[in-house]
Amino acid sequence: MANALQNVRLFVAILAARSAQLASRALRAGGGSTMPGVVSRRVDPTVLTKLSKRLPGGAAAITGTNGKTTTARMVSHILRTANVKAVNNSTGANLVTGVTAALVADSTISGNPRSEVALFEVDEASVPKVAAEAELKLLAVLNLFRDQLDRYGELAYLGKVIASSFGDLPSDGSVLLNADDPLVASLGREARKAVYFGVEDSSLDMGRLQHVADSKSCPVCGVDLKYGAVYMGHVGTYDCPNCDFTGPDTAYRATSVRFDGAKATSFALSAPDGEMEMKIQLPGLYNVYNALAAAAVASEMGVALEDIKRGLEGFGGAFGRVERIQAGEKEAFLLLIKNPVGFNEILRTFVAGETSGAKHVLIAINDNDADGRDVSWLWDVDFEMLAESEAPREPFTVSGIRAGDMAVRLKYADLPVGDVVPDRGKAIKAALEATPPGETLYVLPTYTAMLEIRRTLSDLGHTHPFWEDE
Amino acid sequence: MMNLYGDRGNVISIQKRCEWRGIPVEVVDVRLGESIHPTGCDIFLFGGGQDREQALLADDLSGSKGADLRSISAAGGVVLGVCGGYQLMGSHYETADGEKLPGVGIFDLHTEPRKPDEERLIGNVLVRIPLEDGSRGEIVGFENHGGRTRLDGAAPLGEVVSGFGNNGEDGTEGARKMNTYGTYLHGSLLPKNPWFTDRLIETAIKRTDDTFELEPLDDGVEKSAFESVSARVRRG
Repeated sequence: MANALQNVRLFVAILAARSAQLASRALRAGGGSTMPGVVSRRVDPTVLTKLSKRLPGGAAAITGTNGKTTTARMVSHILRTANVKAVNNSTGANLVTGVTAALVADSTISGNPRSEVALFEVDEASVPKVAAEAELKLLAVLNLFRDQLDRYGELAYLGKVIASSFGDLPSDGSVLLNADDPLVASLGREARKAVYFGVEDSSLDMGRLQHVADSKSCPVCGVDLKYGAVYMGHVGTYDCPNCDFTGPDTAYRATSVRFDGAKATSFALSAPDGEMEMKIQLPGLYNVYNALAAAAVASEMGVALEDIKRGLEGFGGAFGRVERIQAGEKEAFLLLIKNPVGFNEILRTFVAGETSGAKHVLIAINDNDADGRDVSWLWDVDFEMLAESEAPREPFTVSGIRAGDMAVRLKYADLPVGDVVPDRGKAIKAALEATPPGETLYVLPTYTAMLEIRRTLSDLGHTHPFWEDE
Repeated sequence: MMNLYGDRGNVISIQKRCEWRGIPVEVVDVRLGESIHPTGCDIFLFGGGQDREQALLADDLSGSKGADLRSISAAGGVVLGVCGGYQLMGSHYETADGEKLPGVGIFDLHTEPRKPDEERLIGNVLVRIPLEDGSRGEIVGFENHGGRTRLDGAAPLGEVVSGFGNNGEDGTEGARKMNTYGTYLHGSLLPKNPWFTDRLIETAIKRTDDTFELEPLDDGVEKSAFESVSARVRRG
């Protein structure tokens, strides 16, 4: 009986959230991504707990001063590659209301999440609240640097705030910590189960602590730490000359880091499951940390190392801008087309795969200056790979000023040509209508076509889009 | 079909339009340093590149390879040269650095570099081609070239309706001699202009079987692509 009442309350909470979402869309109020969370929590304060308990694969959260957005997106990308359906909150909504809103939006009206797992990016100070309510199987702490505005006062205090949440993790929950950040690593002492990640490469040693180094004293006894190598800020290898505190042993390690110009970075990843060479399309050591953390989160969530590699290597550069927009019961997944190499990668990753194959695809090719006026390059894209794949999919809808050229290209790859709708606005509307609820429409536009499609989606009142920049 | 440094769209276009009619096709890619003789090929596609590659190609074609191509053309073989390939089919080609590259000499024409005050000739082009029966066919494509081609007696492929063509001045585009065609149009050329593609295929097969006739295909998709681009080109 009590149980039935609880379900009724959850049902009403979701319903209220849905109407709040509709209302904020109608009013064109920005930030509609937290409002449904606020409303549903008012109706049922346990909504987050109930829904997160029903996630088959559980929930994971990522926190830290720097890199949580990139890391969360990397993990999302890996999950997508591994064909695991995940729900995420958006960057602007990383407090408990935003986390709730994301789960509510992902759930059916009867309160069952559509996704297998949830992956949240959580503001550092909100960790205790989220951990108390969501059943976090994994909580990852990337780093703790002094924020520009020093929002939380002392870093040590912030560390304590985060550690206070460890007791709320379920019995099979674990924390994933950056071993190279002394403060973050020290939090492991408070956890039932702590797993560590870190970089091991003496060639990255900067030789001395940077001016901005935040926590160079031992978080346990307060004596200045002795660094073996300093990688960035206060992050590096260290020992306390006074007590037993030292950098913990890592389960996930990046070694042999090589920076290939401003675009790509490679490193050797060693994980409990094995070792693998990684080449990410992002520059800088901070992205090595992000990628390492993302690999560790995904691996702890049960993703195989091969999928982690594919997901990480396909993230960023090659795809350029990637954007997911919730369009009512459907989702539009925008993948900017910049050149044949990028187009091929998108086709290979999202469309050709037999399991992860996109079923509903809209391609929009414009030939304005920003797109490239010559569309000959379409003939260098390997659409032929799709003719060989057995993945079930609807004929592609084609749009754009050069919809005709695109249609011809598909025909000559022996692919069925769907609707040819040169007008971008009409095309996105029609393609969304043809996409069944709960499914994703993959939109592959060139630059100016993408701007037009985003404008139409925004005019339709769909979740305010945000960028996933390289 | 032989592909010399060519444009993938043109290759695919000929290949598919043959396959759809049950005509078996084999594509032979010929790269730098590789011979085109003996060939057994019915159609020759000849692409090109930027100045640096043009110099390599000119060098590659300076010996027996160029002579082979010349005799294939003279014997009525079907050859299509596009952009850089077209330029190298003339008597000579001068790069922006003033280097004079010898051409294969199929067409009586030459190409000069653009002058410092001249722009590259870039954009969509619509060309009208006079046909044997007195009618005209139209082709659309995209051109992007710095070089200005001057016809020194070679017959043009057609007249420019909109765009620049050979040099942006005399209204001519491309060149033609028997079954050998040269043009600045890519984009790719053949997919959007299926009648022209079929002409190449039919001519090639008729050389060994003069009773041969191509089966018509449903070209709705190609025609609407042609229409939308040509309407846009006409609007300017």
